[in-house]
Amino acid sequence: MFPKPIQSAPAPARIAYKAALPVALVLWLLPLIAVALTSVRSAGDITAGNYWGWPTDFHLWENYTAIFENTPIGKYIWNSFRVTIPTVIGAVALSCMTGFALAVYRFRANLLVFFMFVAGNFVPFQILMVPVRDLTLQMGLYNSVTGLALFHIAFQTGFCTLFMRNFIRAMPFELIEAARVEGVSEFRIFWYVVLPLMRPAIAALAVLIFTFIWNDYFWALVLTQGADSQPITAGLYSLNGQWVAAWHLVSAGSIVAALPPVLMFFLMQRHFIAGLTLGAVK
Amino acid sequence: MTDISPSTPSRGWWRRNQQRFAPWLFLAPGIAMFLVYVIIPIFQSMSLSLYDWDGLGEKTYIGLDNYRELFDDEAFYTSLKNNVIWLVLYLLAIPAGLFVALFLNQNVTGIRLYKSLFFFPFVISQVVVGLVFSWFYDPSYGLLNIILQGFGLEPIPVLADERYATYGIIAAGLWPQTAYCMILYLTGLNAVDPEQIEAARLDGAKGWRMLWYVVLPQLRPATFIAMVVTIIGALRSFDLISIMTDGGPWGSTRVLAFYMYEQAFSEYGFRMGYGAAIAVVLFAIMMVYISAFLWKMYRDERGR
Amino acid sequence: MFLRTKTLVAALAASTLLASGATARELVINTDTSDPAPKKAFEQLIADFEAEYPDIKVTWNLFDHEGYKTSIRNFLTADSPDLANWYAGNRMLPYVKAGLFAPIDDVWDEHNLHETLAPAAASMTIDGKKWGIPYTYYQWGVYYRLDIFNKLGIEEPKTFDELLAACDTLNANGITPITIGTKYLWTAAGVFDYLDLRTNGYDFHMALTQGEIPWTDDRVRAVFANWKKMLDHDCFIDNHPSWSWQEALAPMVQGEAAMYVMGNFAVAPLREAGLTDDQLDFFQFPVIDPSIPLAEEAPTDTVHLAANAKNVEEAKLFLAFLARPDVQTKINATLGQLPIAKGAEIADDKFLREGYEMLSNTTGGIAQFFDRDAPAEMAKAGMEGFQEFMVKPERLDAILERLEKVRQRVYK
Repeated sequence: MFPKPIQSAPAPARIAYKAALPVALVLWLLPLIAVALTSVRSAGDITAGNYWGWPTDFHLWENYTAIFENTPIGKYIWNSFRVTIPTVIGAVALSCMTGFALAVYRFRANLLVFFMFVAGNFVPFQILMVPVRDLTLQMGLYNSVTGLALFHIAFQTGFCTLFMRNFIRAMPFELIEAARVEGVSEFRIFWYVVLPLMRPAIAALAVLIFTFIWNDYFWALVLTQGADSQPITAGLYSLNGQWVAAWHLVSAGSIVAALPPVLMFFLMQRHFIAGLTLGAVK
Repeated sequence: MTDISPSTPSRGWWRRNQQRFAPWLFLAPGIAMFLVYVIIPIFQSMSLSLYDWDGLGEKTYIGLDNYRELFDDEAFYTSLKNNVIWLVLYLLAIPAGLFVALFLNQNVTGIRLYKSLFFFPFVISQVVVGLVFSWFYDPSYGLLNIILQGFGLEPIPVLADERYATYGIIAAGLWPQTAYCMILYLTGLNAVDPEQIEAARLDGAKGWRMLWYVVLPQLRPATFIAMVVTIIGALRSFDLISIMTDGGPWGSTRVLAFYMYEQAFSEYGFRMGYGAAIAVVLFAIMMVYISAFLWKMYRDERGR
Repeated sequence: MFLRTKTLVAALAASTLLASGATARELVINTDTSDPAPKKAFEQLIADFEAEYPDIKVTWNLFDHEGYKTSIRNFLTADSPDLANWYAGNRMLPYVKAGLFAPIDDVWDEHNLHETLAPAAASMTIDGKKWGIPYTYYQWGVYYRLDIFNKLGIEEPKTFDELLAACDTLNANGITPITIGTKYLWTAAGVFDYLDLRTNGYDFHMALTQGEIPWTDDRVRAVFANWKKMLDHDCFIDNHPSWSWQEALAPMVQGEAAMYVMGNFAVAPLREAGLTDDQLDFFQFPVIDPSIPLAEEAPTDTVHLAANAKNVEEAKLFLAFLARPDVQTKINATLGQLPIAKGAEIADDKFLREGYEMLSNTTGGIAQFFDRDAPAEMAKAGMEGFQEFMVKPERLDAILERLEKVRQRVYK
C-alpha cells in the first residue's frame, strides 16, 4: 500500500491525519455548501449581495416548493431520466460489443477502427452541431427525447469503446483461448465468458455516462425545446429569469438536479471503484 | 464439459470463418451510429465552412473567404491563445488529483464516505460550478476578496480583469476535474501491487523516489485515462466560460469553442459558415493532439 | 416508425373531436416569457383568449429567455409554431429576410391598427409591410436613490454638467454615483445610446446603427469624449464587467451607489429588495446639447406570425385579440410596463406614469435599443467595444477602428 498506512505512523501523525480529513473536506466542498445555503436564502438576500454570510432568514420550504410549483421541474427531471437511462443502456451495450471486438480479435483494420472511436471522442461538439441538428430534423426526431438520446448514444460510444477495450485487454486471454479450444462459439464466449467479467467496468461506465448525460446542457439546447422534451439542465436555466436573477431558486433547483447522479454514485460506489481499477482484475 | 455450441453441418462454414466475421458483427452497430452522428458531420461541417450562411436563408459558396477573414480576426487569435492556456493548465488536474488520492488512500473509519464526498464536485453540473465560482470571485461580496481584505490587500476583480479572467475560469474548472482525476488514481492505487511496494521499501525507497520509480509506473493506466478525460474536459470548457464571463471582459476569455458558438448560434450570431470555419480550425488543432495521442497508443500496441 | 408521439396524439385528439362533432381548432404559441410577471401575463392572456374562443385549443411552449435566442431559429425552420414572441426593429430583420415571419398587413388593415398601434408602427415595418403585433414597451432613463440625493442636497440633473457635478458630490461623500453591470454587455449600450441621442440626435443615431456613418467619424468621437468626461469624473462603479445587470443592483439597494441607467424593468427587483417609492425615483437622461431635440429609448416587445404556421386563421384571431386596448391594459398591468394600443390604460404606478408622460412628450424620436436598431453582428462588436472603452478609455482609437472594420463587412 502506498502511501504508508497511517496506522503504522506515530500517534501524533495519526491524530493530525484524522483531524485534517474533515477540515480538508469542508474546504474542498465549500462551494457546494455555499450553494446549499443559497438555496434557502430569500430573494432580498440575493439582491443585497449576501452570498456567503448566514442567510437572514431561512426559506427552505418556500424555495423548494416554489421550484416545483412555479416551474415544470418535475417534468424536466422526468425528461432527464428518459434521455439518460436509454443512453446509458445503449452506449454501454454498443461499447461492450465494440470493446470486445477490438480487444479480442486481431484483424487488419482493428487499430484503425479503434483509433476512429478514440479520435471521434476528442472532437469538439461545435463541429457536429449544425449537421447533427439537420440530421435529427430529417429523421423527424427533432424536439424528441429519442433524438437526443440517439445522439448521446452515438457520441458516448467513442469514450465507452476506449474504456471497454482497455478493460477487456487487461483480462486474462487464456479464458477465451480455453473456450475456443472447447469449440464454444464466439457469441457464447462474449455472452458467457467475457460479459460476466465486465460487470465492474459496466457499473463504472454506467455511473460515468449517467453523470455526463445528466449534466449535458449544450445538446439539450440544440435538439429539444419546451418542457415536453427538455432535460433538467436546460430547465434549470429557465429558473433564472429575464428580469430577476433568482439565484436562490437556481440553487435549489441545482440541488434537486444534482440528486440523481449523486444517489447513483452512492448506490454504485462499490462497483464503481472496482470498475475503474483498470487492468486490476487478476 | 458438454459442447454448448451447436455443430450442425449447415453451420460449418460459419464455424470455420466466425473468427473473421464475428468482430465486424460486433462492431457494426457501434460503427454505424458513430459514422452517422460523428464522422460524417465532421465532413459536413468542413464543407459548410466554405459557405456564407445565416442559418435561415440560402447558402452561398464563398470558397476560402471565411478562413481568410479568420486569419485577420483579432478575436480568433485571442481565442487561440486562451485555448492553449486551457489545454496546458487544465492538465494540472492530474497531479492535483494524484495528490488528493494519495492523501485519501488510507484505511481509517469513514474513509469511504470521505472518498465519495471528495468526488462530489464532479457529479454536479458545470452550470452550478460556474455560478458558485462567480460568487467566490465577486469583487465586493466574494469570499476571495473578503479574505484578501482580511490581509489588508486590495480586492482583485478576477473575472472583470482581462489579465486574470481566463485563469479564474480555469481554476473553477480544475475543481471538478481534480475530483475526477482523484477517483481515477484512487482506483489505480487500489491496484498497486503491495509486494512490489514492500520490496522497494526493503531496498530503502521511500517518499518521492518511491512514488516516481515504483508507484507511478504502476499507475500508468490511470494516468492514461486521466489524460484523455482532462483534454476532453479542457475542450468542453464552454459551459464555464458562458456562465462565468460570457466570453468577456470584451471577449478576452473566449476560446475557439465559445467563439464558434458565439458566431453561429448565440443571440447576436448568425454566421454558420464562419462558425464552421472556426470549428474546423479547432478540430485541426485537436488533430495535432489526437495524432500524438494515437501515435503513442500505436507504439504501445506494437510493444505488446 | 418515425411518426412522432406528439403528432400521433394530436391526430388522435383531432379524430376524437371530429367524431364528437366539434371542429378541432388549434393554436401553437412559443414564448420566452419565463420570468414570474411575464409568465403570469401570458397565462392570463391565453386563458382570456380561450375563454373568448372556446373552440380553439392553445398549446403554449414556454422557453427560458437565454435558450430561446438559439431555439427560435431551430423551431422556426424545423417545427414551427403558429406564433412566437420576439422584438421589433432590426432584431426581427433576419427572420423577415429569411422568410420565417409572415406579414400581417391584413390584420392591421382589418382592425384599424395603423391608427391604434401608430406609435410603434414604424418599428414594425420592413419593406412597407407589417410583421407583427407590438404589445408592450417601457421607458429607459436614470433610476436613482431619492433619499441619498435628498440627504446630499442633489437635485435631479437636467444638464450633463449637473450630472457630472452630482457625480462629484456623490464621490466626495463616498457613494458610487452610477452602478452598472456590463458582463452581458448590453447595459453599456444603454449609456452609449443616450450619450449619442443627446450629443448627435435621433437621426444621426439611426444612421449610425444602420451603418451609414463610419465609426471613426468625429461626431462618434464626440460621443466618446462625453463618455470620457463621465469616466474622468469617476461616475461609474469599478469592476462592472464582473456583474450582470441584476447583480449590479446590489450596491444601489445597499445605498452604496445612487443611480442606474436602466429600463423600467429594474423597478420590480429594486422594490422586491426592499426599496420603497420614497427611496426610489426616476429622471430623464440629462441634456447635453440644448439644440438637439430630446429622443428616448423605449424597446418594444412583439408577437409574430410564423411563415410556416399551420393554423394561420386562429393565429390571426389571436394577434387581433392581442392588439385590443382592453387586452393590452390587462397584460401590461401584470407586466408592469406600458401598453402600445391607444385607449389602453396605464397601471397606477409612479414609474409607469412618469415614463408614459415622458414618452408621450418626446419630440426627438423613439429608439428601440442599440442591439435592436443595429444588426446583430454590429451590435455585438459595438457593445464589446463600449465595455472595453469604459475600462480602458485609452484604447479608443483601436476600438473605433475595429468597429469600423466590422461595419464595412456587416453592411456591405
